[in-house]
Amino acid sequence: MTTVLERVRSGREAAGERWRGAPRWVRWVLLAAVIAFFYALPNKEFYQYLGPIPTPGANFTQVMFTVSIYVLLAVGLNIVVGFAGLLDLGYFGFFAVGAYTVAVLTSPSSNIKTLWPWLLVVPLAIALTMLSGVMLGTPTLRLRGDYLAIVTLGFAEMIRIAAVSSDFLKGQRGFNQIPHPPGKYADGKPFFGVLDARPYYWLVLTLIIMVVIGVRNLTHSRVGRAWISIREDEDAAQLMGVPTFKFKLWAFASGAAIAGLAGALFAGKQNFVNSQNFELLNSIIILAAVIFGGSGNIVGAIVGGGLVAYMIERFRGIELFGVELYEYRFLIFGLVLVIMMIFRPEGLIPNRRRAAEFKDRRKEVIVGE
Amino acid sequence: MLLEIDDVSLLYGRIQALHGISLTVDEGEIVALIGANGAGKSTTMRAISGIRPIATGSIRFEGEDISKLRADLRVRRGLCQAPEGRGIFPGMTVLENLDMGAYTRRDRAGVAQDLARVLDLFPRLAERRKQPGGTLSGGEQQMLAVGRALMSRPKLLLLDEPSMGLAPMLIQQIFDIVTEINEQGTTVLLVEQNAQQALARAHRAYVLETGRIVKSGTGAELLHDPAVKEAYLGVA
Repeated sequence: MTTVLERVRSGREAAGERWRGAPRWVRWVLLAAVIAFFYALPNKEFYQYLGPIPTPGANFTQVMFTVSIYVLLAVGLNIVVGFAGLLDLGYFGFFAVGAYTVAVLTSPSSNIKTLWPWLLVVPLAIALTMLSGVMLGTPTLRLRGDYLAIVTLGFAEMIRIAAVSSDFLKGQRGFNQIPHPPGKYADGKPFFGVLDARPYYWLVLTLIIMVVIGVRNLTHSRVGRAWISIREDEDAAQLMGVPTFKFKLWAFASGAAIAGLAGALFAGKQNFVNSQNFELLNSIIILAAVIFGGSGNIVGAIVGGGLVAYMIERFRGIELFGVELYEYRFLIFGLVLVIMMIFRPEGLIPNRRRAAEFKDRRKEVIVGE
Repeated sequence: MLLEIDDVSLLYGRIQALHGISLTVDEGEIVALIGANGAGKSTTMRAISGIRPIATGSIRFEGEDISKLRADLRVRRGLCQAPEGRGIFPGMTVLENLDMGAYTRRDRAGVAQDLARVLDLFPRLAERRKQPGGTLSGGEQQMLAVGRALMSRPKLLLLDEPSMGLAPMLIQQIFDIVTEINEQGTTVLLVEQNAQQALARAHRAYVLETGRIVKSGTGAELLHDPAVKEAYLGVA
């Protein structure tokens, strides 16, 4: 069995080598084609020719919007988990902070009735989520190991319970009539309407591309080197003069900011936000998606976030022995994860470095025996 | 005095690991700290580099009290440790590891110069410059840890068990390099279980037993001290 595994592994490595070895223009053309494909994807004229890809049980365009939000979240969480190596179990809590900031400040059902426009509130939502990240990180990031996981888990639950039970956050009743993003067609119809999810999807897709460019630049800088050194060996990083606390906080806060942006986009599209949007399970799914895709690798996180969100929706409307597969989505997802962890713990598209770290740890385990 | 440690104690939870340790390192010296497993050698190193906070006492570097200073700021002052064993970055290549050693530095020309010097000191690392650190052998990793620490151009180099787990030939080689580094002008504080080699190379040495310094003297003195001979050199 190991030989089969080794062959699969080396095959995948060869594919990676081919990609890295390809001339620059080939890579650019391929990348442009992929991006064009995803811009075209939510158009019915396009996706009806894609065979089994559209979701039978749900509006495909809506599904693609959800997928895009998950991808954005996965890219953000990847900074925290993948680059800095911090285990954040409550990432969706930051998404909730972003969504609720928009809801409270824009919705007519809010107690304070500021009724600000959506666009004005987005930067505020991002700033506030970042601040909540700093507040949460300042006491906990000084510690090592599992503390952060527990605190973040608690944080996400705190936000959810506050949303359920506080009058200010409206519980189940929620906030309605949250304004959409601005913009009009030439004929005066709003660009971001109620029925058509495509503009929202395009907006998120565009923002994903911008965020990915930003994150990529960051990881190739001194900041990125510091993150990777912390992930690989925090003591050694400190001994090399890396201010580890500062960079962990920086990773945590940038991750939070991206989740805040995703939350603001979600609220602007949904028009309605209530406490049911923020179950703990969502945090777990995103974390699992990042690990599934290959944490530490931006492409891995995108593929992981996209695939996981898409597959869950794809199960809708498929019947097996009289039961909709959707009901078993978490069972299937769990099984896939377990199998992944056995055969490819570094994820679908791992970071080369990450793969080496895993090998190193495996060696250490063997030495330990 | 480059480094003065005065009456330092350190706690791991309720366990007291260091009981009032005092030692000094003068500019240009190689000072060795020898002792058995669990005597507190590595703990002393952690206290000096700032990875563990100390409970009482003071650590002075170039005359200034650094007891409360963060570890990364101590590196900026010129105090750099090569951690014991596998303290390298396994996923980074040899060159990236060395580059991390120069993390606090901005003078590119100086860094390039030091890189050339380190690769010159450790030809094995030059051969493997593109290889991930985790794929190196134990001895090579040890060399990488020392080389990486040198990249910060430290005034005081702290070496935590550089000979640990190495074949006798490699041990000899590592100590030759330590001597060479010292002759090039870097002060070295060395923690070692290999007392024979450490005492032979060091100008001065301290013997650590259960968190206390029980003896000190020049390397030659301790090498011929009957009690040290019996306990650490394996001769009756």
